Amino acid sequence: MEDGLLYYPGCTLKTKASDYEESAKAVMEKLGRPLVEMDDWYCCGAVQSLSTDDIMHQIAPIRTLCCAQEQGETEVVTLCDMCFNVLRRANTRAKENEDDLETMNEFLDEDPDYEGNVETYHLFEILRDMKDEIEKAVKRPLDDLKIAPYYGCMLLRPSEVAIDDTEDPQIMEDMLELLGAEVIENPKRTECCGSYHTVNRSDIVEKRVEDIVGRAVEDGADAIALSCPLCQFNLDYHQRATEFEVPVFYLTELMALAFGLDIGKEIGMKKHRVEPNALLKEKGYME
Amino acid sequence: MEVKRSEKDREFVDKVEELSGESVNACIRCGTCSAGCPFVKEMDVLPERIFKRVVLGDKEGILEKNTMWICAACYTCSVRCPRDIDIASIMEAVRQIVLRDNVDKVEVEEVENLQDLPQLAVVGCFRKETG
Ligand code: SF4
Ligand code: SF4
Repeated sequence: MEDGLLYYPGCTLKTKASDYEESAKAVMEKLGRPLVEMDDWYCCGAVQSLSTDDIMHQIAPIRTLCCAQEQGETEVVTLCDMCFNVLRRANTRAKENEDDLETMNEFLDEDPDYEGNVETYHLFEILRDMKDEIEKAVKRPLDDLKIAPYYGCMLLRPSEVAIDDTEDPQIMEDMLELLGAEVIENPKRTECCGSYHTVNRSDIVEKRVEDIVGRAVEDGADAIALSCPLCQFNLDYHQRATEFEVPVFYLTELMALAFGLDIGKEIGMKKHRVEPNALLKEKGYME
Repeated sequence: MEVKRSEKDREFVDKVEELSGESVNACIRCGTCSAGCPFVKEMDVLPERIFKRVVLGDKEGILEKNTMWICAACYTCSVRCPRDIDIASIMEAVRQIVLRDNVDKVEVEEVENLQDLPQLAVVGCFRKETG
């Protein structure tokens, strides 16, 4: 693939997190590296299975990497942090453990076998190497916005899959600065949002949201930037149990805004519970 | 540390070690894991104490606690442990020992706002909490 990037969406990007897919596609198009969806892919299973004897749950992510291999590609990019974590960990296990790879291939029943030659990336790793292009693409600097980056867990832990320093990441800070935004340092930015407890223990998630969003507000943030669809859901939806109303953006939505893309036409921002419109109008980024 | 354990308890320790791939005897009880865990307020006992009970082979004592179900596998403890113990995998091993007896900790009917939830939350939760 010449300039394009082979893109693995995963299940949530097509539905609840379509704002993320839409904005990422628009932004990458502008940057000259369009996301090209895989011909075939499977749900990754969302969480990594940590048991040594559980090869079964490594099969779905490896099957997706097989599809990339089938397309003759050696790189796959994800937007979702959970997909990224699962794909990279399953792939690492396959690459570093010949016996496991052999067992996976037996289960897989694909022809030919997965050879372990595909690399997995998170979009942020691609963007980190495109600083000049990003700087040039900024038409409407976000200099009236104070943004607190939030990383959560899956981009940084465990260490063997981390895209940045596990305790002091800078990828998002650097990117927000390129967009012209004022970065609010949030000491809670690598703390877990409560993750899948959102399904049956919202009380736990609400406490995390109170803590994480509360600190961002205390430090003067107008909004939060992140990339994980589950973190976005938790920090956005569960603010309903708090006194806060802070928009939680995918970083690519803020990039789209800074690149001058038309909100409502070129990108949606339709699925936020805390509507970003009021803030964007107040700051003059929307009519 | 030499600890006397019954046969059954030894089986439990061995199973935890086998499933997690970690050696529980490496722990020096520094408490770093518990200090960094964002969920300790919700836990009956601290992650470090669960660890100690695993070393002692106290299966019954562990299974009546909620700690491993509150753990969200955020890996904060795992990246900070000075002995490089992957505590998140130990928690998973304890969960698996329960779940593999055909126990489910979450039922679809109990989920009130299923239509609001993103798919990855539902898939993740059922993967972590059903057998
Ligand atoms: S951080 Fe590691 S060594 Fe320290 S108490 Fe926890 S498991 Fe033991
Ligand atoms: S992995 Fe579990 S025990 Fe460890 S810090 Fe995270 S929630 Fe706490």
